[in-house]
Amino acid sequence: MASGKSEQTSQGRARNWIFGRRRHPGDRIFSRLTLVFALIIVGVLLGLLVVLNRDAMPAIRQFGLSFLTSSVWNPVKEIFGALPSIYGTLVTSAIALLIAVPISLGAAIFLAEVAPSWLRGPVSFFIEMLAAIPSVIIGLWGIFVLVPALVPVETWLSKHVGFLPIFKGTILSGLNVFSASIILTFMIIPIITAVSRDAIKAVPDTQREAMLALGATRWETIRRAVLPYCRSGLVGAIILGLGRALGETMAVTMVIGNADKLSAFLFSPGSSITSKLANNFGEASSDLFTASLIELALILFVITLLVNVIARVLVWRMTSVKTATE
Amino acid sequence: MNKSTKKWLTFLGAMLALALVLTSCTGGGGLVQANSLTGAGGTFPLPLYTSWNYAYGNLTGVEVSYSGVGSSAGIAQITAGTVDFGASDAIMTAAQEDNATLHGGPILHIPMTSGAVAIIFNVPGFNSSGSINMTGPVLANIFGRNITGWNDPEIVALNPSLNATSNNITVVHRSDGSGTTYIFTNYLSKVSAWWNGTFGYGTSVAWPGDTIGAAKNAGVAAAVAANNYSIGYVELAYAVQNNLTYMVLQNAYGNWELPTLAGTTAASQNVTLPDDMKIMITNSPNPNAYPICGFTWILAYQNQTNPSKGLALVNYLWWCIHTGQNDTYSAALDYARLSDAAVAKAENEIRSMVYSNGTQIHP
Repeated sequence: MASGKSEQTSQGRARNWIFGRRRHPGDRIFSRLTLVFALIIVGVLLGLLVVLNRDAMPAIRQFGLSFLTSSVWNPVKEIFGALPSIYGTLVTSAIALLIAVPISLGAAIFLAEVAPSWLRGPVSFFIEMLAAIPSVIIGLWGIFVLVPALVPVETWLSKHVGFLPIFKGTILSGLNVFSASIILTFMIIPIITAVSRDAIKAVPDTQREAMLALGATRWETIRRAVLPYCRSGLVGAIILGLGRALGETMAVTMVIGNADKLSAFLFSPGSSITSKLANNFGEASSDLFTASLIELALILFVITLLVNVIARVLVWRMTSVKTATE
Repeated sequence: MNKSTKKWLTFLGAMLALALVLTSCTGGGGLVQANSLTGAGGTFPLPLYTSWNYAYGNLTGVEVSYSGVGSSAGIAQITAGTVDFGASDAIMTAAQEDNATLHGGPILHIPMTSGAVAIIFNVPGFNSSGSINMTGPVLANIFGRNITGWNDPEIVALNPSLNATSNNITVVHRSDGSGTTYIFTNYLSKVSAWWNGTFGYGTSVAWPGDTIGAAKNAGVAAAVAANNYSIGYVELAYAVQNNLTYMVLQNAYGNWELPTLAGTTAASQNVTLPDDMKIMITNSPNPNAYPICGFTWILAYQNQTNPSKGLALVNYLWWCIHTGQNDTYSAALDYARLSDAAVAKAENEIRSMVYSNGTQIHP
C-alpha cells in the first residue's frame, strides 16, 4: 500500500476524491450538512441536560443530597425524596433483565442457529410484533390478565420461600414491584432477541465451519465459536433492553402499585421514577413540586447516560481483549 | 387614464367606503362578542363542559374549547394568559393566586357544578351499595392505617355483621394528582384532627406506605374490583355509571346518606357561602347533605382586557350557571346542579367582572 501515488493513476484520483484536494463542491456541502445534523443531535442532548438542570435547581437547592436518600414524598408539606422511586426503577429493571436475558438469548440462538428456515420467518415476525405493541396496551393487559395470574405464584412463593427477605411479607395486592418487573420482561424480550439474533447471524460461517471441522458438537460450536465472536453485539442488545426497561412509563405505572415505600419485599407496592413523573406532572401544584419532578427526570437521565457509558466501556474492553488474543 | 379605468377605480373606491362604513356600524357603539373562547383545567368537569360547549356553540355560534389538562396545568395557563378561562377542582393556593393576580389582576373562583366522592369497597358478602355504614373519623383511621382490619371495633360498632370478617383492609387511593383526592382529603381533614396534622389535604398527599395507588378513577375501581376486602374512593359519576358498590356515610347533622346528586346539591344549600366562593362544602351541616362534596370552579380574571372576549366570557358563564344547570346537561351526566344560594353568589361574581374602563360587562 504505497502512498503518494501520482494523480495520473486511478488509485491516485480516487484518493484525491476521498481525501480532499480536488473534491467536488457538492460533496463538501453534503459532508457539512451531515455534520450539522450530527451536531444537532448532540446539541439536543446537551440542551436537554442544561434545561433539566436549570429547572431542577430550586429542588436541588432546597433538598440537596437528602433528595437521594429520603423516602418522604409529601406534596402538602412540600418535602420530596426520590429514594423509593430510584430503588424501584433499578430493581424492576434489574429483575426484568435477569429474567429476560436468558430467554432472549435462547430465542435468538434458536432463531439464528437451530430453527428450520420455514420457522424463522414467522417466529421473528411475532417477536417484532410484540415489540411494536404500545406500552399502554401492555399495561392494560397487565392489570386485567397478568396481575391476577401472578397472585397465586406470589402467594406460593411467599409461603414456601418466605425465609428470603425478598419474599417475606404480607401481600397487599397483585399491584407490586414484581408484577412491574414481569411486565418489563415482556417488553424487553423482543428488543434483546431481535438485536441478538442479528448479531449472531453476522458471525461469519468460517468460524462455525472451523469449529465443526475440529469435531465440536452443535452446542459447542455455538458456545465456543459463535457467541464469543459476537459478544459486543450481545452486550449492545442487552443494554438496549435495559435502556427500554429504565424508561418504560405507562405499563409500569399501571401495575407497580404507586406506594412511597422502600422495601426488600418484592410483592409490596413500590414506585419508579417514570411512574412518579407520569402520575404527578399534570397536577404538580407548586413550583417546588415541579422542580422536584424535574430533578427526578434529571436523575433518570443521568442513570441512563451512566448505563450507556458503562456499556460502551464494556464493549470496548471486550473487543480490545479479543484483538489482543488473536 | 382612460374612461373605463376611471369608472373601475371609482367603483372600487365606493366599495371600499361602503365596507368601511359597514364594519364600523356595529349598532350604535355596542360591542360584538368574540366568537371563540378557550379554557383549560381539571378533568373532573370535562364531560359536562364538553356537553355545555357543544350546546352553547349551536345556540349562539360561540365556539368554546376546553382542554382537560389537569387543574394545576389549567391554573398555570390562566396565569400565563394563554387561555381565556381556567378551571380547577381545587381552590388556588395563596402562591398560585398571588402569581395570577400579578399577571392579570384579581381572579375569581366561579362555581360551575358540584361533585361527590363515593367510598367504594369490595367485601365478599357485603357487596351491595349501602350495606356498609361509615363515619368520617373511622374513614380517616382506615385510610391513615390506624385501623387495618375489617373487624376492628370502630368499624364493627357501625356494622355489627362485619364482626366475622377478620381480613385486612387493602386501601386503594389515587396515584395521580386529582381534584377527587383534594375533596376527599379535605373532608378527612375536617373530621379528623389527626388526619389534618399527619396528612393534610391536597390534590396529592403522602399516603401511608402500605397502601396501593392506582391511576385515575378507572384504576382505583379496577384495583378495588380485583382485590377482595379493599376500599377506595372515586367520583360519584364514575361510581354510578359503572355500578360500583359504595358506602353510606353519616353527615355532620347525623343523618346517614348515600352519595346522590340531590345530596350533593344540598351540601351548598342553607349554609353560609362566602362572596368569593372559595369554600369547601365538605362535611356540610345541611341535614340532607352528602358529606363528601365539592365545587368545581372556573377561574376568570375580574378585569377583562379584551372587550369582545370579556363579553363573550360573561355571556358564556351566565349561561352555564343558569341554563347549564338544567337536568338535560348536569343530571344527565351525573353532575349535581348548583344550589340556588350558590347560583346567587356566582351571579354576583360574574357581575363584578369589568372592562378596562371599569364598566360592568354583564348587561
